[in-house]
Amino acid sequence: MSTSFLIAEGLSKKFPGSRGKPDLTVFDDVHFTIDKGEFVCIIGHSGCGKTTILNVLAGLDTASGGNVLMDEREVSGPSLERGVVFQGHALMPWLSAKKNVAFAVRSRWPDKSNKEIDDHCQRYLDLVGLTGSEHKKPSELSGGMKQRVGIARAFAIEPKMLLLDEPFGALDALTRGNIQEELKRICAATSQTVFMITHDVDEAILLSDKIMLMSNGPHARIAEIVVNTLPKNRSRETLHKEPRFYAIRNHLVDFLVSRSKRFSEALPEGYDPKNPPLVTPGVEPTPPPVPPVEFAKVVNLRN
Amino acid sequence: MDKRMGIKAGALSLVIFLFLLGIWQAATLPAEKAGGALTEYEQLMGKSAKKSDGMPTPAQMGQTVMKHLSDPFYDKGPNDKGIGIQLAYSLARVGGGFFLAALVAIPLGFMIGMSPLLYRALDPFIQVLKPISPLAWMPLALYTIKDSATSSIFVIFICSIWPMLINTAYGVASVRKDWLNVARTLEVSIMRKAFLVILPAAAPTIMTGMRISMGIAWLVIVAAEMLVGGTGIGYFVWNEWNNLSLTNVIFAILMIGVVGMALDLLFGMLQKFVTYVE
Repeated sequence: MSTSFLIAEGLSKKFPGSRGKPDLTVFDDVHFTIDKGEFVCIIGHSGCGKTTILNVLAGLDTASGGNVLMDEREVSGPSLERGVVFQGHALMPWLSAKKNVAFAVRSRWPDKSNKEIDDHCQRYLDLVGLTGSEHKKPSELSGGMKQRVGIARAFAIEPKMLLLDEPFGALDALTRGNIQEELKRICAATSQTVFMITHDVDEAILLSDKIMLMSNGPHARIAEIVVNTLPKNRSRETLHKEPRFYAIRNHLVDFLVSRSKRFSEALPEGYDPKNPPLVTPGVEPTPPPVPPVEFAKVVNLRN
Repeated sequence: MDKRMGIKAGALSLVIFLFLLGIWQAATLPAEKAGGALTEYEQLMGKSAKKSDGMPTPAQMGQTVMKHLSDPFYDKGPNDKGIGIQLAYSLARVGGGFFLAALVAIPLGFMIGMSPLLYRALDPFIQVLKPISPLAWMPLALYTIKDSATSSIFVIFICSIWPMLINTAYGVASVRKDWLNVARTLEVSIMRKAFLVILPAAAPTIMTGMRISMGIAWLVIVAAEMLVGGTGIGYFVWNEWNNLSLTNVIFAILMIGVVGMALDLLFGMLQKFVTYVE
């Protein structure tokens, strides 16, 4: 169990009620693990605490209960080991694209020479396809390009783990598709461990190895974990032709539309928050009560 | 389109200027033309003699302006210095007081902006001290400093500190949380964060505060110099009033306006320099 790269144990977030109102528990008893090199997406409705969980993983926020271990060390604050891509790109508007990346790189390696930092930044800007736009200010870049700079900045510090908070939420479909492909390519090439929040079901299926489904808040939990059984080399063009694509997609949409709400009203029988059920939609026969441990092994083998 | 608008606006400004000159001319000329029969009273008061001063005509005004501007830096004793020298004295006082105020207000504003505790603790002091007319400090300053020139610098200091302090604190406190989070995830040291994230982020707001401060300082210096006397454009105005030379008073008023505008333009340029587009 402790071999996983990242372990979240019993996370909860409570906001104290004001003027005699009861405390508001956004989520509690949230357990999950992420293996090295794994790409994990979390989907759920607004208000279930996804961003809070990401901020806790990043060390920017503290949970009311539970703890997070990364690489067998407790996460107690922000660290260069974890790169964050923020929802609203969070680029500094007074710096050019390259200087934004350089700010991060210099924070990571203060002893590097200017030349080394420049080369390093250039490599990552090239990687996200921003060659030629290095010296533009964020205001001169399109939304997609800004988000690419944000991704380059997070990758450039070579973190052990990447946290993405709905990185493509504000982009148009075409741009989003292109950046998704690039992100997938870069993550595969660097075997980056990724935790990503998304609202886009197709995005989750394209990118992730595991999709964690969160029930609605308050008292949100990880209802189940969908194992993505599509081939690793799936791409956006061929995704919808994969035999199990619609099974997975329908399963996710069905969860978001109806089950996420019902789940928090009455926990299903036999539900163990420490081991949320692993499901593999579309794989025949539909696995009834297979012990989740075996599926965990399957996941490990695949990586 | 923009250029044509500029030409039109310039032409309109010129028309307004000529119109105002015309009114001025009309208001000042007839007094000299009306040379008809004088009443007994007027004769007794010496009104028949050609006025040596009083409200000047635009032409007289033009002559005075030329005279002053052609030799702005002469120095013929304590009561007769060129306008350039007087303005230089005022500017030096404003510059000194303003610089000292910036030296105190910007670091202090930074601390207040970064620490909500300090913000709350110092807020009552700021709220009480801010609305005090800077000239009200003058007696205290004169008593403690015992030097009129330094006292006027103190008055400038005390009047320019508040807008800078409040704007700096506000600018620092309202730096986007995202940028601070970026700095946190990158484990940036506090000094690096202050200079590379907070300062550039708050610079436009700080610069606005400095611009307001400079405007107020230039307003206050005239009054302060009227009180302390000796040198400066404020003293010049008061001295020329005592000489009953309205021409010189009007000239000084014009110069105060022109220099004030130049200072504002300068700070406007600095503001543009630090402003970023989000």
